[in-house]
Amino acid sequence: MSSNSVSFWLNDELQLVAPGIRPTTTLLRYIRDHLRLRGTKEACGEGDCGACTVVLLEQEDGCSPAFRAVNSCLLLLPMVHGKRVYTVEGLRLAGSQMDDPRGGLHPVQRAVVEHRASQCGFCTPGVVMSMFEACYRDDVQSWGDDAIQEQMAGNLCRCTGYRSIGEAARQVGGLCPDDRFARVLREHRPREQALYLNDGEQVYIQPATFDELWEALDANPEARLVAGGTDLALRLIKGHEDIPHVISLAALSQLRFVEKTSSTLRIGSGTSMTRLHESLGAEIPALGRMLRVFGSRQVRNRATVGGNLCTASPIGDLAPVFMALDASVVLLSNSGERTLSLGDFFLGYRRTALGPGEILHAVELPRPSPTALCSSYKVSKRKDLDISTVSAGMYLELGASGLVQRCRLALGGVAPVPLRARTAEAAIMGRAWDEASLARAMDAMEHDIAPISDIRGSASYRMDLARNLLRAFFFESRGERIRPGADGQPIRNLP
Amino acid sequence: MSNSRGDNIHHESAFLHVTGRALYVDDLPEPPDILWAMVLPSPHARARILSRDATAALERPGVHAVLFAGDVPGANLAGPIFPDEPLLATDQVHCVGQAVAVVYAESPEFCRKALGLVRVEYEPLPAVVDLGMGIRLDHFIGEPHRIRRGEPGAVLESAPHRLKGVFRSPAQDHFYMETQAALALPGENRSVLVYSSTQHPSGAQKVVADNLGWSRNRVEVVVPRMGGAFGGKESQGAHWASIAALGAGLFRRPTKCVLDRDQDMIQTGKRHAFLTEWEVGFNDLGKLLVFKARVYADGGWSTDLSLSILDRALFHLDNAYFLPVVDFLGRVVRTNTPSSTALRGFGGPQGMLVVEQVMERVADHLSLDPMDVRRANLYGLPPTDLTPYGQAVSDFRLPRMLQGLEHSAQLADRRRQVERFNAQHQHLKRGIALSPVKFGISFTSAMLNQAGAALAIYGDGTVQLNHGGTEMGQGLHTKMLQVCARALGIGIHRIRPMPTSTSKVPNTSPTAASSGSDLNGQAVRSAARLLLERLRPVAAAMMDRDPDSVRFVADGHRPGAAVSRPTDGGAVWACGKEGRSLSFAQVCGEATLRRVHLAASGYYRTPGIAYDRQRGVGTPFHYFAFGVAVSQVEISAFTGEWKLQRVDILHDVGDSLSPALDLGQVEGGFVQGLGWLTSEELIRDEGGRLLTHSPSTYKIPAISDVPVDFRVSFLDRAHQARVIYGSKAVGEPPLMLAISAYLALCRAVAAFGKRQFADLELPATPESILRAVQLARE
Repeated sequence: MSSNSVSFWLNDELQLVAPGIRPTTTLLRYIRDHLRLRGTKEACGEGDCGACTVVLLEQEDGCSPAFRAVNSCLLLLPMVHGKRVYTVEGLRLAGSQMDDPRGGLHPVQRAVVEHRASQCGFCTPGVVMSMFEACYRDDVQSWGDDAIQEQMAGNLCRCTGYRSIGEAARQVGGLCPDDRFARVLREHRPREQALYLNDGEQVYIQPATFDELWEALDANPEARLVAGGTDLALRLIKGHEDIPHVISLAALSQLRFVEKTSSTLRIGSGTSMTRLHESLGAEIPALGRMLRVFGSRQVRNRATVGGNLCTASPIGDLAPVFMALDASVVLLSNSGERTLSLGDFFLGYRRTALGPGEILHAVELPRPSPTALCSSYKVSKRKDLDISTVSAGMYLELGASGLVQRCRLALGGVAPVPLRARTAEAAIMGRAWDEASLARAMDAMEHDIAPISDIRGSASYRMDLARNLLRAFFFESRGERIRPGADGQPIRNLP
Repeated sequence: MSNSRGDNIHHESAFLHVTGRALYVDDLPEPPDILWAMVLPSPHARARILSRDATAALERPGVHAVLFAGDVPGANLAGPIFPDEPLLATDQVHCVGQAVAVVYAESPEFCRKALGLVRVEYEPLPAVVDLGMGIRLDHFIGEPHRIRRGEPGAVLESAPHRLKGVFRSPAQDHFYMETQAALALPGENRSVLVYSSTQHPSGAQKVVADNLGWSRNRVEVVVPRMGGAFGGKESQGAHWASIAALGAGLFRRPTKCVLDRDQDMIQTGKRHAFLTEWEVGFNDLGKLLVFKARVYADGGWSTDLSLSILDRALFHLDNAYFLPVVDFLGRVVRTNTPSSTALRGFGGPQGMLVVEQVMERVADHLSLDPMDVRRANLYGLPPTDLTPYGQAVSDFRLPRMLQGLEHSAQLADRRRQVERFNAQHQHLKRGIALSPVKFGISFTSAMLNQAGAALAIYGDGTVQLNHGGTEMGQGLHTKMLQVCARALGIGIHRIRPMPTSTSKVPNTSPTAASSGSDLNGQAVRSAARLLLERLRPVAAAMMDRDPDSVRFVADGHRPGAAVSRPTDGGAVWACGKEGRSLSFAQVCGEATLRRVHLAASGYYRTPGIAYDRQRGVGTPFHYFAFGVAVSQVEISAFTGEWKLQRVDILHDVGDSLSPALDLGQVEGGFVQGLGWLTSEELIRDEGGRLLTHSPSTYKIPAISDVPVDFRVSFLDRAHQARVIYGSKAVGEPPLMLAISAYLALCRAVAAFGKRQFADLELPATPESILRAVQLARE
């Protein structure tokens, strides 16, 4: 049964969205303009600052329900259908007089006050909501600097210099107080539901079964597919594109899985980056490292594996790592499924091999050898919440004789598509992994890539990076520290 | 307990911030018949306007009006000082983003759609979109500023060593989190109330009144609070206030103008990019004998505040060093880019950077320790205490501070460790550097150094506090509460800080130049003292005493066992003999019965400030603020990526009014400076179009960019004479402490070669660093 209108719980109150509201209205605009709740701020409208952060109650495949900080400027209203949403106005604990600003503060709000972590206050509601997620996270061993940065890097602040924000986050991270929010976590099981919206100018379909999906795709061949929405929302908000038909994959729980066997890893296309990081980040450090610097916490909580690959960005941070890991993609349609290597999936600048009526179902990785050398790199102007200038995934297996048996060098940001540097690979294959091979492969690199100049870097810088990252991989594989400020990081995969 | 001095109280709005109840302009409830205003920006860097036609736009439903230059009822001028900046373009456009028309419509979406239908025909003209080109073409704004002492030519000739070079520092976007915003409400009988996100309500009031052709008493500008400003809302908040006010004034409907991030970044001015040609002569010890500099500031298309910013750059070319012979010549260059404007530091950082990299180069040239070179050049006893512009540097605290920080940051040990690390590592290198800051406090334009305050005390003993300063996050209202509470001897909870309003305090200066607390604090105290003098006889009469025998105590402080509680149960405020006491509320209540006037205004002007720009001589500053920083970085030769490993700062805030707020200013200022020097890059194409106009491409520091090890301390025994309660200004000076991080990067780059200092282009992005490493290795 699909619903014809959006409803959701905002701060534990049921909200019925009037049918006349455009389906692709963002949650941020709805909260501010229609509900007139002005605590949630807009400072960029493109998911790059975190001022609009709100929290959703989400449940991923095989996990307990969890609060997830998300950018409300990138959330379309139907994406919160049937869900529980919390904003900064909804955090105060019972027993306080609502007109007393000091009463009933949530521990997170108290921490921000105590650590003097607000100055102009404009980023503060978003900061508070990111810390709210942190407060109920139980997956972090210790709230050290990196955990705090991982949590908070999606919240830009221009005033404080962040030290105070970091200290407040340290105080509340993993606190898991037994309060009314803990009760929400225990008692509610969020579930995406089928939805069909049509305001006369725009159709938004959210099927809950594959049959409904095939039907919707058949009836709306021009429809844009959306999963987490972090890319599509940008086209609406920033590009001011009219998108008359949208089909959302969010209610297809069949797309959200991570399956592990002794030989293979299968990742459902609906898996979020956060979930992927939790599932495989430690086993495959190269993947974990890339996911750590993928967007921000808010973006990782929404962005999906399928969305990142299907948008076919020349950079697409997952693609180089997956290609280094020899990934293939499983494409599914009403008439069956087919499997392609990931490299063959990318046909050109923002073009994929997806045919009409076809979706990306899963990514399959052969389980990487625990003796293989495997690493990933993302170079950008800023470490967090930035788009790569060049990204890379590198994988190398040495045979018993010490010669290179397998080698996959994948790069993003150096051509219209993410690609393997085949000439460079050939220069290494079958040879010793030594300075001479390295030099040959670095020379060969220029035959593989054709970088361009743009605001993220010049063509020559990108060429230097591609070559130098290979060099960095060489020294990293010899146990040398190559990343500034960081201690040596593992480059071997867990068995 | 009294929270009146030096207490670490929280920001007065902290509880509102964390609960989402702090209201910014865009959060104020909109009246139902509101109109939205949006500007049509010029697509050309320079062009003649051939025709304008809004017919198609006006035919759209939901579009109320479109205004062009000719429709502005009053004077079509929006610049803060010089009449060279029309609000809406007249016969020509001078930069991409310049306002050509304003659309007023029923929603932002209608505005956006209508903008695409306004037809303006342009004839593109040759444009100057780059500072270097402007210099070559002699495109200047205003008169040159020259500061000269001694015989530079002769001294240079005879100097044992000489160095020269060209140093460029980049522009920077303010990236206040709250974009420019205004909401105007029409009033009766040709009046308007404008809620504006501005640092300069009186400036906005003037522009609004001029544009409407009204007298200023018809215009009230109110600032609820700002979500950051950093100089970007000093002169350039007025435009949006006026665009909203034109809607209210012409159409008699509430009108709102709020920019989205891309509009804000494309249409508003930035920090001035600078180019400085410098030449120095020095002796074997690295002591500078002569310093010549030609300083060019990219002013953008109109004057705005550029001449004052250039002045401040020249006033900071010396930084902490005595320069016996100088020849500084400064020019503002007119380019076809949005008019450059104030940004934290106001030219100071651009000047200071030049001399700090000179110190490093001199040390490198002579193979000396850069600390020894700095020490050899520091200001000292007369006559080596005279700045190039002739003001004596009194109370020069840097020698003590340098020594203190060298010790606490273990500079000598760590430099050896860095050298050891660099010897052992091929691909990673470290750099460590120290830089001092001496920053002149006062508006260099003397007339701006004035402030007003208005206090109202009510019969129940509560107070409304008005002053001319605006709250942008820096905590000015909090500090003013502390000053007011201390001056009246009452608790902070009795005082309510009011939104800044031109109706409460007229003719104010912008909240800028780090002067907010200094100026407004004195004004608040003077108002409080007037009221105290009126309340004192009331208290005395209530206790049948001679006024001089009444003792006042801070609210809540125990005056001693002999004093009884006031009969209303309140805190003791005044006590007489025989243990009698009164609460503040009791005295105020009685004062109203006795017909005592309980409102007062206070006023302050900084004494002794004067500068003669023609002669380049004077006393532009009331005093100087000081700071020292040590930064340590590590860079990668593979990618140019880097990490700021540790920062130590010793800063002079005087007797801090509010240490927690001051700490926030120091940390936040440092990080904003760090962004300017490293990751923030404003890139324009050949047509002058800004390509990095949102946070997806313009990268301000995030939490992972700040030093994990960040140690800030304040100078002790730091009372500053002749400033409110011995405190010192703290808004801008810490930004320049980030110069130490840049110098550390230069040194780390150099470690890949044979020198101790290397060229490194700003902003020092990973690409810039990698290029520099490649050059250093050659």
